[in-house]
Amino acid sequence: MSGAEKIAVKVTEITSINDLVTRFRFERVDGGLLPTFSGGAHTVVEMDDDGITRLNPYSLMSDPYDQTSYTISVRRDDEGRGGSLYMHQKVNVGDEMTISYPVNLFSLDLRARKHLFIAGGIGITPFLAQIKQLERFNGHWELHYACRSAALGSYADELTDRHPNEAHVYYDDQSQAIDLANLLDGQPLGTHVYICGPKGMINWVKGTAEDAGWPRDNVHYEEFLAPQPGKPFEVKLAISNKVIQVGENESLLEAIEREGVDAPYLCRGGACGQCETNVIGYDGKFIHRDHWLEDEEHASGQKIMPCVSRFEGKTLVLDR
Amino acid sequence: MTIQFNDETFRDDYTFRNSDWAIKRFPFPFHEDSYMYSVNMEQHKGGPAGSVYEKRFDVDEHYVSEMRDRAKVLDEDPLRCQSLPHMTLAGWDLLELIMESKSEDYPDLFELHRDGNKWRWINKPLGIDDTFTFLDESTLPYGPMEYITRQAQGDYAVLDQRDDMLWMDAGMITTQADWSLDFDIGMNFFEWHAPVPLAHEKGIFIRALKFLLNVQQGAPARRLNWTMTVNPLLDTSPEHYHKWGIQKTELTAENIGQKQHLRVELQTFFRLPRSNALVFPIRCYLCSFQDLMTMPKWGRRLHRVIRDLPVELATYKGFIDNRPLMIDYLSQFDDGLPTSPGIWPDRETEPPLQK
Ligand code: HEM
Ligand code: FES
Repeated sequence: MSGAEKIAVKVTEITSINDLVTRFRFERVDGGLLPTFSGGAHTVVEMDDDGITRLNPYSLMSDPYDQTSYTISVRRDDEGRGGSLYMHQKVNVGDEMTISYPVNLFSLDLRARKHLFIAGGIGITPFLAQIKQLERFNGHWELHYACRSAALGSYADELTDRHPNEAHVYYDDQSQAIDLANLLDGQPLGTHVYICGPKGMINWVKGTAEDAGWPRDNVHYEEFLAPQPGKPFEVKLAISNKVIQVGENESLLEAIEREGVDAPYLCRGGACGQCETNVIGYDGKFIHRDHWLEDEEHASGQKIMPCVSRFEGKTLVLDR
Repeated sequence: MTIQFNDETFRDDYTFRNSDWAIKRFPFPFHEDSYMYSVNMEQHKGGPAGSVYEKRFDVDEHYVSEMRDRAKVLDEDPLRCQSLPHMTLAGWDLLELIMESKSEDYPDLFELHRDGNKWRWINKPLGIDDTFTFLDESTLPYGPMEYITRQAQGDYAVLDQRDDMLWMDAGMITTQADWSLDFDIGMNFFEWHAPVPLAHEKGIFIRALKFLLNVQQGAPARRLNWTMTVNPLLDTSPEHYHKWGIQKTELTAENIGQKQHLRVELQTFFRLPRSNALVFPIRCYLCSFQDLMTMPKWGRRLHRVIRDLPVELATYKGFIDNRPLMIDYLSQFDDGLPTSPGIWPDRETEPPLQK
């Protein structure tokens, strides 16, 4: 996997928050300090689930300036791909795991005069870190947090205790709902709104804000671009006359290099064009992830950028 | 090695000089005998020992004099350093990044002692020993970005990242190749690159931006860029064009080897942790033609690159009028032999000039 740098951590605390949500604390295996981060950042947790690698992104919820540990909260999803089940059922205190450096796709707009947070369910987690960040600089913020019930309202009491004026909680089972139109209407100029929650909630807030004439740049929502672990595949390198296996945790470029075949590269991020490789034959489907090739080239089946792109299918023969 | 710092000037009497060590490690920017814009970015993960790639922030013999030159520029024109209000946190990020990197990479020159938010910073070459409170601006003589970049070679553009775009919202720009922070402040990636010829059409900026948006903490990147400067001037700003532009007309066949400098920028990209901004250090290296010609491979290659460079690039880079003079001079150092691939001088293996 090209992409973020990794950190070896140890699970030092597991806390059940309620029926669905569990919190995990990570510290560095080598005892050193973790990188600081910006509120809204996530880390990608690698799990080795009986030979299947799972890569799940989780928002960092701890104080961004606390470098001794990170915490995340995982909501059990009984229907999902299994990462959350793995975290709930198989991870124990003392286990060593690998996480990525923090990556932020949901950062605060630091120009904002006021930050208006709208959270649904487990979507509260990035806001916990952002609130800690803003509190340090006396930032102006307000939170509106909808949860199913008091029993499932992760961190709701803690928030309302500590920030009685800023934090507002709504329970579905008590028929409480955010009065969104009025809320948006009453905001001072220069307010930015941030939404993290189920897709329906994101669309609802986006739509309402748009109807009320909010500038698009003032509305932010969390989009997880989860790195997909690739499936292993086999490639034939025609010039060097080798058949090689690409594992799920390495890029095609890394596999080619591992086999001692010299392949050009520069950026290793799909942008520079150096690694462009001709396809001689294939039976299957390409997973193109580069920014280099044009759409027509992606569709043509004649080229691949091995630093980021993959393949699924029976045979792939490369001119390398 | 311990560095001997030069006492030299980049203006008026131009006493700037490169030692043999500096010439040998000069970042010659051409990996082949021709040049065209490309998305030439790679990971910034160190490099050969002694090379300018080795450390996160290279410190060399020009350090002390370059910082003196910067202070003069700022005295005359404070607008070379600007930071929009929301960029202060990014300034602290940058201060931390530079202090950490320099104290780890050059422990004999720089020391950082931290006790919570109480920090003590010792910069021996510049004779600085300051104690301050991290994240408290009132404890520093300047804002955090200005404070640290008055002590770090190269220009610094600090880009805010919003809405899948980079915005030039802060910077310390005193050694620039003819562009202006005061003009570009607040612009986005495509706007400030608008004057560059040919690269837009080739899709270079779209791809470069996508790459930059994805630069992550702990995984910096770098690229080289280059231009030409007559006399070893650091400050070739549009604000001062009236002063340095005319110096280009003073080039002659007799003085070109000494006066004409290849100007190379080592540009790096770091994600900043607390602000999620991106910092773009632009480190400028100058080398006179006559010093470059001491490396036979560079002599052969520079001639071919300059001779064959597209007119648009020679015009944009501001040396189209002097190109014939340059080619005359450089052709003396090109015997037509092939050159080895890559930017390194390959002193041991490349044959001496055969004419
Ligand atoms: C975010 C970081 C960057 C900043 C702040 C930046 C800034 C600039 C500026 C101010 C100029 C001068 C434009 C003028 O004439 O006014 C310039 C030129 C240029 N930039 Fe960038 N740039 C960045 C990243 C990149 C990247 C990643 C690439 C390509 C891969 C690139 C390619 C170029 C090229 C080709 C030129 C023309 C240079 C010449 O011929 O001398 N830039 N850049
Ligand atoms: S190495 Fe740059 S696109 Fe693959």
